[in-house]
Amino acid sequence: MKKTVFVGVLALAGMSASVAAAGLLDEVKTRGKLNCGVATGVPGFAAPDANGEWQGFDVAVCRAVAAAVLDDPTAVEFVPTTGKTRFTALASGEIDMLARNTTWTFSRDVDLKFDFVGVNYYDGQGFLVRKDLGVSSAKELDGATICIQTGTTTELNLADFFRINNMSYEPVPIETNAEGQQQYLAGACDSYTTDASGLAATRATFEDAANHVILPEIISKEPLGPLVRHGDNEWADVVRWTLNALIAAEELGVTSANVAELASAPGNNPEINRLLGTEGTLGEMLGLPADWAVKALSVAGNYGEIFEKNIGETTPIGLARGLNAQWTSGGLLYAPPFR
Amino acid sequence: MVDIHFVRKSMIEEQEPPVATTGVAGWIRENLFSSPLNAVLSILSLAFIFYVLSALLPWIISPTWAATSLGECREILAGHEGACWGVIRERWLQLLFGFYPRELYWRVVLDFALLIVAVAPVLFTGLPRKMLVFSAIYPFLMPWLLWGGSVWNPIAAALGFVLGYYAHKLAKPTLGSLAAVILAFVIPIIWWAFLSGPVVDALASVLPLITLEGVESRNFGGFMLSITIGVVAIAISLPIGIVLALGRQSNLFIVRSLSVGFIEFIRGVPLITLLFVASTLLNIFMPPGTDFDIILRVIIMVTLFASAYMAEVVRGGLAALPKGQYEAADALGLDFWMAQRLIIMPQALKISIPGIVSTFIGVFKDTTLVSIIGLLDPIGLSTSIRADQAWNGVVWELYGFIALMFFIFCFSMSRYSMFLERKLQTGHR
Repeated sequence: MKKTVFVGVLALAGMSASVAAAGLLDEVKTRGKLNCGVATGVPGFAAPDANGEWQGFDVAVCRAVAAAVLDDPTAVEFVPTTGKTRFTALASGEIDMLARNTTWTFSRDVDLKFDFVGVNYYDGQGFLVRKDLGVSSAKELDGATICIQTGTTTELNLADFFRINNMSYEPVPIETNAEGQQQYLAGACDSYTTDASGLAATRATFEDAANHVILPEIISKEPLGPLVRHGDNEWADVVRWTLNALIAAEELGVTSANVAELASAPGNNPEINRLLGTEGTLGEMLGLPADWAVKALSVAGNYGEIFEKNIGETTPIGLARGLNAQWTSGGLLYAPPFR
Repeated sequence: MVDIHFVRKSMIEEQEPPVATTGVAGWIRENLFSSPLNAVLSILSLAFIFYVLSALLPWIISPTWAATSLGECREILAGHEGACWGVIRERWLQLLFGFYPRELYWRVVLDFALLIVAVAPVLFTGLPRKMLVFSAIYPFLMPWLLWGGSVWNPIAAALGFVLGYYAHKLAKPTLGSLAAVILAFVIPIIWWAFLSGPVVDALASVLPLITLEGVESRNFGGFMLSITIGVVAIAISLPIGIVLALGRQSNLFIVRSLSVGFIEFIRGVPLITLLFVASTLLNIFMPPGTDFDIILRVIIMVTLFASAYMAEVVRGGLAALPKGQYEAADALGLDFWMAQRLIIMPQALKISIPGIVSTFIGVFKDTTLVSIIGLLDPIGLSTSIRADQAWNGVVWELYGFIALMFFIFCFSMSRYSMFLERKLQTGHR
């Protein structure tokens, strides 16, 4: 342990040169492990189970990338990050990618110098209210007390929404989601506002869930997606196209059940063939083996399967696909062609 | 005139004292109802205790131990108020050990059991003095057991201290005491920084004696993380604090200014700031890809923080000593270190015990702040556990369990300090 400290401190100068030279993809391959930043705990998106295994929708993206690059979905070092530490952890190189339901915004992409490689969940801010409040639209919330997490984009969205609609509200500042739930249940606020996925997860835990409704208005756009650092486009491509492979696989009907069969020999659909590496050289262009997407899809299946397993309607969280359906079914998911 | 005499021929049997003054009744009468005011206060207090317990006990005594989710707890309780203890049954190991590999739990348990063995001879003078040898070995054994790796690592680390000792011993007669002290610091640092790494690797490949399976710091969590950070910071901060306190009282200008500067700077900054420095700022200063263990960074910061406070506590003890003690030491012809070791420190530290233990307890509780920088200590883990949809919404049970564990640790520390004070009482007051 002592060795690590001193070697770590003293070898700084030397290491910086070598790291800058080699690409992150090669570095991850040599290391044999993907450092993936996740949340310390967001229901359905990232949480350790009783055995200490990380589970969730964001976690599945990390595992898919690890499978594509290292052929081992367990070769991931999950680094729990908080809202305060996530960006420095990524910027400083402590993690290779961040999959921590982070909203893609202009300033994060441009000013903080990150690359959002895509969107894995389209979220938006909503309101949770008690049914007996008799409110059926967020526009009727004039003068309401509202529980709101401080220091988040949701706080600013809320202020914008009420200003646009010329209404007033009284904020009840809270620190964490757990506190928000408690305050709302104790009646400290008329409404609790955060991302709609979080509201659904919260509502599902209530003893009398039927007495609470999520209002139909979604007052903000929260495209959540994995991100990497600026400046290493090869690595960004690997993460981007792994995510796209998961989405495209659903559109093309490739599932965890049939992926092995489809990948065993070229079939009739050339795009499936190209995706699964039985035709063309897409894997080689990424610097990965030809069956990279097969490995990514074998972990937990395509996007739709991952969605259903972690946050879909069969889970306690029970989110409908909504905006997160394929473009062919009226959603926003639209993977560029594999060609 | 009738002569009435009364002569006691036999002693009356010794009587029991009146019922009202003995036993339970007597105790109650004396302590709870000795005056009207006292009686009123007693009744009010009892009513209050009854009120709290009557609300709390039915909640605590809840048949939900076997439940596997919050929903199941609610089914079992069927509308009654009650705690959902299933979460503790499922996650207590995680709250204690974090993500440490399950088959290696014995190493953590052994480590903390040995800690008690190592501390015992320091604390209880009745034990054989030879046990102190183990206490000296323990600081090197502990990280090895926790992190694993080759047995040569702790040996190499210990060798640095041996080198420093001999450098001091050999250099003192020839080069003078200042040079000897400098050498005693410089030589071990050179050894740890440049030589020990390659030497350990070479030895490990030639003589791979015992190599424990390595465990990454990332896997540390729960109370094990709190105790690791707390114990290491506490153990290292005391000697550093003593040195700083002496430095602050020193007549040497540079030593004094450095000590004062360090103490005042660290005390002027909140711990959470130092933790953010450890988790984010250091990351930015260091080139990408540098793997400087996050837990080590945190331990260093917490240790520095505790040292500054410890220095002031010890300085308080030093200031409380009469000047005569220093003069007596000088009159005996003792040099600075001997005077400190034999006369000043034993008295100053004894005076400072309550302050030192308060600092210890404070440091131990402050370790929960690491949850803010994303380390999964008990508080951080409680968030993660709630992120499992099965337990989303469970709050009081988790916090109650964590609070109980902290109370056990802190209360034993404070009882121990009281015991130590009584034992070291030499009747000056």
